[in-house]
Amino acid sequence: MTVQTLPQAQSGPMRASFARRAIGSAFVLRISLIVAIFVALEIYGRMWADPAFMRPPTAIFDAFLTQILPEPKVIEALWMCVIEIAAAYALSIMFGVIVGLVVGASRFSRGAFFPIVLLLYAIPQVSLLPLVILMFGLGPAAKIAFGFSHGVFPIIVNVVAGMRDVKELHLRAARSMGASRADTVRHVILPHMVPSLFTGLRLGMTMTLLGVILAELYVSQGGVGYYTRVFAESYSPAPLFALIGCLAVIAILFNELVRIAENSLTPGKRRTRALKSSVKE
Amino acid sequence: MEGSSFAARSIQLSFVAIVGGAWYLASETGSVSRLFLPPPREVHAALSRLVETQAFWSAVLVTLTTIAKAFAMAVVAGIVVGYLVTRSKLLIKVIEPILSGMFTIPITLFLPMFILFFGIGTGSKVAYGATYAFFPIVLNTIAAFSKAEERYLRAARSMGANAWQQFRHVLLPGAMPVLITGLRIGFFICFASVLGGETISSVAGVGRNIALAAELMEPARMYAWILFVILTSVTLNMVVHSIENRVRSR
Repeated sequence: MTVQTLPQAQSGPMRASFARRAIGSAFVLRISLIVAIFVALEIYGRMWADPAFMRPPTAIFDAFLTQILPEPKVIEALWMCVIEIAAAYALSIMFGVIVGLVVGASRFSRGAFFPIVLLLYAIPQVSLLPLVILMFGLGPAAKIAFGFSHGVFPIIVNVVAGMRDVKELHLRAARSMGASRADTVRHVILPHMVPSLFTGLRLGMTMTLLGVILAELYVSQGGVGYYTRVFAESYSPAPLFALIGCLAVIAILFNELVRIAENSLTPGKRRTRALKSSVKE
Repeated sequence: MEGSSFAARSIQLSFVAIVGGAWYLASETGSVSRLFLPPPREVHAALSRLVETQAFWSAVLVTLTTIAKAFAMAVVAGIVVGYLVTRSKLLIKVIEPILSGMFTIPITLFLPMFILFFGIGTGSKVAYGATYAFFPIVLNTIAAFSKAEERYLRAARSMGANAWQQFRHVLLPGAMPVLITGLRIGFFICFASVLGGETISSVAGVGRNIALAAELMEPARMYAWILFVILTSVTLNMVVHSIENRVRSR
């Protein structure tokens, strides 16, 4: 046994330093992996793919320049999507924070109302999509409503969780040093809530995007959903992929906005840890 | 649980009673159009008519089969890929941010592509549900196995554990809680995305029937389907939680 482990122990430090250098270039490797995937898609798309289903990335970019950008109606539909996401997210933050503060205000209100929030959160909202469209019509109102109903719950839940986790010790310390109720909220509870609040805002953004996109795709008479249907039914994948790419870029930009806000508003925490953000609960 | 006091319970019960009462009053007095809100008794009648039909159960079977296939694919792919990624620190650094970045984009965006590739049948829903559920499972698998404590592994090694024993007795038990959370999240994402895929574009299944009832302006039938979905999902939630607790407490 000792004989077996000895060579490992010797090569340990050498391997570790090599690994450290390699990890330093993880970013470069990541970018080259993504580039390699695109090159592979390009080669596959040019050589073998059926043009009715799949086009190389360059053809998709070409379709973006020729079939998406010059079409004012497509651009208008995409712009509408941006407005819907922004409106739904603004409503989610407003109601999410207010309801969260009310529910989390005391041990009693949390015990009474939090189970109701969790019960509503657990409902698979997508089953309500046809009903929401029936109620709010085919226009932007339905999409904002659906995005809001998706986005508001993670924000409520995380605001409540943030208020719950304030340490009794800190509260007592603040009180014993003569802090008023307002001082306690300003200097103990709010700073403590910030990380949890931003977890909620990040998840809320993901869910708002999901809700708006679901409603957009469901309504095929107008908006982005109309164009995805037209492109898919006419077997023209290049403009379809370009349109999906535009929506993906919109989603990425909205997510980045939240991340930038988080990084600049959270004291003492410069970067969101990727691993932490990936786990939902 | 904090909500166990009598006052808290009565607030929760009265919330349910108020919602139910408001539904009854608003629909029976006709102050809300019955197109949006049919009376409870009509929904009840529609539901009891629905469960007697063959079409109901075949739609449920289509959806459940789709979910099962999609989830099985996501679990296998997610755990295998996740585990392999954690075998190297470099791979984690390279691949994990790509996966977690992709997961913040709604995969729903790519639903039209799945329908283009796999047609309007169940195949596209399986692929879509599997892809969506893959992300939480693979990310939690990576998080679960990369957190393994080096000193436990070293202890196991120094006591002569072979690779399989290290995996079975150190890595796996340590990873289990986070892994299980990933499976649970993946399952409910799979459930919702299959339903959503069916609602948006399909020819069969529960989601399709909800959309169809809405298109045909049959609110009672639509509410009956929605009620069925909600009850199913609440039941599934309870089942999954009890499974999760049992696995955790072992």
